[in-house]
Parts: sequence; structure tokens; C-alpha cells
Amino acid sequence: MITLFLAVALLILVSISLSLYRGAVGPGVFNRVAAVNVVGTKTIALLVILGYFFERPLFFDIAILYAMLNFIGTLVFAKYVERGDVCS
Amino acid sequence: MKKEGKWFGFFITFGVMCLFWIVLSGLFGAFHLIAGVISSALVACLSHDLLVEGKSDKTLLKFWRLLCYIPWELWQIVLANIDVACRVLHPKMPIDPCVFEFETSLRGDWALTTLANSITLTPGTITINVEPERGKFQVHAIAKESADALLVDQTMQRKVAHIFMES
Amino acid sequence: MLLVNIIVALLLAGGVFFLLVGSIGLLRLPDFYTRLHATGKCDTLGGGLIIFGLLFYHLFHYSHHPLVPVRLLFLIFFIFIANPAATHAIMKAAYRTGVKPWTSGEERR
Repeated sequence: MITLFLAVALLILVSISLSLYRGAVGPGVFNRVAAVNVVGTKTIALLVILGYFFERPLFFDIAILYAMLNFIGTLVFAKYVERGDVCS
Repeated sequence: MKKEGKWFGFFITFGVMCLFWIVLSGLFGAFHLIAGVISSALVACLSHDLLVEGKSDKTLLKFWRLLCYIPWELWQIVLANIDVACRVLHPKMPIDPCVFEFETSLRGDWALTTLANSITLTPGTITINVEPERGKFQVHAIAKESADALLVDQTMQRKVAHIFMES
Repeated sequence: MLLVNIIVALLLAGGVFFLLVGSIGLLRLPDFYTRLHATGKCDTLGGGLIIFGLLFYHLFHYSHHPLVPVRLLFLIFFIFIANPAATHAIMKAAYRTGVKPWTSGEERR
């Protein structure tokens, strides 16, 4: 079972590296922001899997925190691009 | 907002925050519980008007109907993802995107948010813009069938109107 | 116990499949709006399935810690609310700033 967790973690890493191409190339800023959001969401799943692989329950709290940070980051960026200012 | 409406929102928020503290920490010592109560009171004091809008009628019935709506929504999410997977992995990639608008009779905050979230999670459509005054939705669809499911069938609008009682 | 392991393996495999499909969609699709379709839906379900599989694993192998599944359930719930909201926000910003949608027959962007 532990080997299965390691295989799943490696496959998530593969899919993260696939979406980095869109982050590097993607014409314009919006494609890059979508790629960053995707990397953030996959990192949450990766953190939970690694929490079970290394048997450290602290990783789940870090995953919850990072989910919130990722969400707020994408929202703030969208607001900034639309209005030119974050708080107005 | 009436005075009793204000305290109702405060106590609901305070209760939810305390519940989250106890569940997320798992520690039941006196110090941790008192710290939790103080933090929850502070957070509820600062932001109680964001979650609940005073005392509204039939809140429990709406909450129960929302819980019954979730399994249907989960099934729609699975269908949506199988649909997107088929379109992405197909060698010819059959997509035909379009942007369209429609109007609903829903006006409340929670009803519009639930409908926008459901549209984003169902096969082939994403909400672009919502106008709360007229209940107008601008939606981007990835194929004609998904657009028809939303414009012609109107299953989702009817279900959300049933949950929030045509809010 | 073998049945639990098989169910957990199936859930994890399904989750990883949807995550990979989301990434492939990000590369293959021709326009920004269609790419958001792929990532916004597939990432949400893939992450939710993986965390749900691990929740199932925890219920049977580590049942002396009963509060951790509630944390994972909250995480799944949060992902299902937050990911579509973030997708909608970024799509609205792009539409208001003037990014044109792609229709069939044009070239890739």
C-alpha cells in the first residue's frame, strides 16, 4: 500500500510538470495564472498523499492552509487585473 | 437590521467557529478550549454579518433541502468530468465553444451562488458573469449539447428554485 | 482488509487519471476559456477522489484517530466550493479585459 502512495505521488508530480509548460509558454498572463492555480490544486493532493506516506499528520493542516492561500491568491489576482487595484 | 437579527447572526457564526476550532484541533485541555472560545468570539464579532443575514424564515428547511440536493450534484460532477475527459482524449477533440446568456427568477445571494457553482460544476458550462438585479447569467459552453441542457431543459434552475423556495 | 485496499486503490487510480486528463487538457485545448473547462472540472474531482480514497484508508487502518477524517472531509468540501469560484473569477476577469473566445475553425491561441 505504501508503494501505491509513492506511485500516486510520482504521477501527480508528472502532471504538475506537464502544466508547467503552459505556465512558461502560455501566450498572455491569464494562461500563466491558470497554470499556477492548477499547480496549487495538485499540491494540495500531493501534500495529503505525502502525509500518509511519511506518516506525519501535520501535513493535512498544511494542506488546508495551502488550499485557502491558493484560492485567495487567484481571487486577488483576478480582482487586480479586472480593476487595476486590489482594494478600491 | 433589527437588534435580534444582529445577535442571531453573531451566535450562529460563534457556534460554527467554536465547532471548527474543536474539530480541527482535537485538543480538549482547558487552555485550548478557552483560547478557542476567545478566538471564536473575536472572529464572530468582526465578521458575523458576512455569513448570516439576520433571522430569516425556514432556514432549517432550506438547509435540509440543500443537503438533499448534494448527491444529485455529485452525480452531475462525475458526468461532467467523464464528458470533459472524452473530449480531451479524443483524437479529433470535438469542441464548439460559444457564449450565451439566460435569465432566472432567483434573486437571493445564496440561490444565485448555488446556481453559479452548479453551472460551473456541470458538464460543459462555466459561469462568466452574474447580474444580481435581474438574475441574468452569462455562460461559456464548450459544446452545443451542454448549452442546450441549460437553456432548454432548465433542470438545474428548477431544482435550485425548489431548494430556496423561488428566492 | 483486502477489499478496503482494493477500493482505496481504485479511488486513488481514478483521482490520478482525472488529474492527468486535466493536465493534458491544459496542453491540448486551443483557447484560454476551453483550458479553464478542463482544469476547473477535472482538478476538482481528481483531488476530491484522491483525498476521499485516503479518508477511506484512514477509517480502517488508523481508527484510533477519529478526528482526522473530519479534517479531510472539510478539505474536500472546501476544494469543491473554492476551485469553481476561483475558475469563475479568473474567467470573468479575462472576459472583462477583452480576451476573445475561440470558435471552431480558427487557429490555436
